[in-house]
Amino acid sequence: MSHLLEIQNLHANVEGREILRGVDLTVDLGQVHAIMGPNGSGKSTLAQVLAGREEYEVTEGRVLYKGQDLLEMEPEVRAREGVFMAFQYPVEIPGVSNTYFLKAALNAKREHLSLPPLDAMDFLKLVRQRVKLVGMDETLLQRPVNEGFSGGEKKRNEIFHMAVLEPTLGILDETDSGLDIDALKIVADGVNSLRSQERSFVVITHYQRLLNYIVPDHVHVLLDGRIVRSGGKELAFELEEKGYVWLEEPAEPVGAAAVEGES
Amino acid sequence: MSTETQTIERLANQEYKFGFTTEVEQEIVPPGLNEDVIRLISAKKSEPEWMLEWRLKAYRHWLTMKEPHWANAQYPPIDYQAISYYAAPKAGPKSLDEIDPEILRTYEKLGIPLKEQAVLAGVAVDAVFDSVSVATTFKAKLREAGIIFCSMSEAVQEHPELVREYLGTVVPYSDNFFATLNSAVFTDGSFVYVPKGVRCPMELSTYFRINAKNTGQFERTLIIADEGAYVSYLEGCTAPMRDENQLHAAVVELVALENAQIKYSTVQNWYPGDKEGRGGIYNFVTKRGKCEGRKSKISWTQVETGSAITWKYPSVILKGDGSIGEFYSVAVTNNRQQADTGTKMIHIGKNTRSTIVSKGISAGQGQNTYRGMVKILRGADDARNFSQCDSMLIGDQCGAHTFPYIDVQNPTAQMEHEASTSKIGEDQIFYCNQRGIETEDAVSMIVNGFCKEVFRELPMEFAVEAQKLLAISLEGSVG
Repeated sequence: MSHLLEIQNLHANVEGREILRGVDLTVDLGQVHAIMGPNGSGKSTLAQVLAGREEYEVTEGRVLYKGQDLLEMEPEVRAREGVFMAFQYPVEIPGVSNTYFLKAALNAKREHLSLPPLDAMDFLKLVRQRVKLVGMDETLLQRPVNEGFSGGEKKRNEIFHMAVLEPTLGILDETDSGLDIDALKIVADGVNSLRSQERSFVVITHYQRLLNYIVPDHVHVLLDGRIVRSGGKELAFELEEKGYVWLEEPAEPVGAAAVEGES
Repeated sequence: MSTETQTIERLANQEYKFGFTTEVEQEIVPPGLNEDVIRLISAKKSEPEWMLEWRLKAYRHWLTMKEPHWANAQYPPIDYQAISYYAAPKAGPKSLDEIDPEILRTYEKLGIPLKEQAVLAGVAVDAVFDSVSVATTFKAKLREAGIIFCSMSEAVQEHPELVREYLGTVVPYSDNFFATLNSAVFTDGSFVYVPKGVRCPMELSTYFRINAKNTGQFERTLIIADEGAYVSYLEGCTAPMRDENQLHAAVVELVALENAQIKYSTVQNWYPGDKEGRGGIYNFVTKRGKCEGRKSKISWTQVETGSAITWKYPSVILKGDGSIGEFYSVAVTNNRQQADTGTKMIHIGKNTRSTIVSKGISAGQGQNTYRGMVKILRGADDARNFSQCDSMLIGDQCGAHTFPYIDVQNPTAQMEHEASTSKIGEDQIFYCNQRGIETEDAVSMIVNGFCKEVFRELPMEFAVEAQKLLAISLEGSVG
């Protein structure tokens, strides 16, 4: 079976500056991959490129999603095909209620999948059920999208959107940033309840903390636009202990030196 | 080329949906304006002498006036001698059954069911086609409640005492250049009288359409709500596509007596001209209401999406103590459209209150100006005003301008003014895209959210129509 997501030698620029310098990553269905790295390493850029943000120019490499060229798809098509990104900074849309917005989103996806639109009653039922997953106050459903939400409410709302839209690939862009420990647990519980064999996650985070609650199958370290190390969940603890600095001296030259020594 | 750009090109080339013309035999007075033309109009309508005198007085005054150019709009001089001041379908209608089927089909295309049985639940329609009011539905039912809803021409014939008492009391014949021109040559319009204590059981509605070439439309509407009465009135407008500009200079006068309420809603979708700014309607309109009695209330709600140039300031004179004036406006300018619109709230009585909520949306190379005045006169103790003017810009070639004038002569007044300008954000659009919503729908959703405070003031059916119109007006505006 082919992989859900295959990122091959991905290079991307922002305003002419190269941020991603050859990222390789393979994600299979049902897996949770954590991507860690210091500020400026390219974590968020990777998320934005996968979601299809126009300002990020892909200069090299390719991304296959369900075997198709993801980079050729418009952002909304990616979304309808099951790619969801939880934003680090969710925007406010004044005057547009959260439920109205979500209904438009869900029905756009259903139309794409040749499914009939959900009527108001069925939609409300779905929303009521999913809002419990993230322990969100029901009054936030009728409020305009993110308007006047606290930082924690915004992040929870992102997970709520994800629960309603049921993506195949969920990308969490530093969802833990700015959350206190209680909010973090709620968000993590929401994500965990959505974990399944039919769904994968790419969790981008700066801190190991989140990974105590969302336990990943794989951890990757992104440094200076490349994945420099991959491992199991224990890699996250190692990073927590040692920081990122020890990785900045890549293992490869050491090996190369050894080879030199032999010759 | 991205699909987004393709969509924009496709939509930019999409044509004005209401741009059809109707082939009916028209009786048109040759272009030009002089006393003979006015006499002719008056004679066509078999008007009484006092009406003709009033028109002539206005005309003579108009000759001394200059076309105003203080509005933030640019257009070539208008040749008033090149306009025809009267156009009517040749066979004068006597009843609904006698209306030319072509005209009925026009209204059907516009989605206005003229036939009573097809009328949207509870909406009575008076339809004005060029200069003549062609049909008034539900007349009998309204009559039972003592409500008069008819064309202005008919009112002059049937209810001269009411017309004489109120015509020109809110907008005098000498008010301004366009209102004065209207007073001289107005051809038709609607007349409403709601008697004491009567709550009008349905929405009253007028539909205006300019069909004939080179004609101006000068309708005049007068609505009177007697003590304790309530009426909600809606007008809608469209015009066919023409290369030349057509003039629409209407006057609307509202009078609310003690405890009366008038709610006046407009959905204006006159032909806006093409992408290059050729053609389109000059919408130069004077609308004013007078809260004559204590605790009366007048509320204007307007959604202005059409016209090449819009120049209108629906205003309220708050004369009665404790009276309330409201103005809710959405004005959209796309391509080369220009809008200079706003309101005047004149506080004369004590404890008078006014609310202004204006939402301007500019796209393409559109220019959108809010111009408003709040005046608190010396005797207006404890008057209060709240004004909110928000502008939204779509793209980087359009403009938004705000000119709020405040004149307070009484120290007990409370004034609040809020203003904001925002740009429809790429972040917002991307957020919608990422949830599966395409750009066009995202823009429409964001703009509708922006206008929500105004839309909720509109009667339900019209709020839906207004949202659709807004979406159509802004199609292809995001690049």
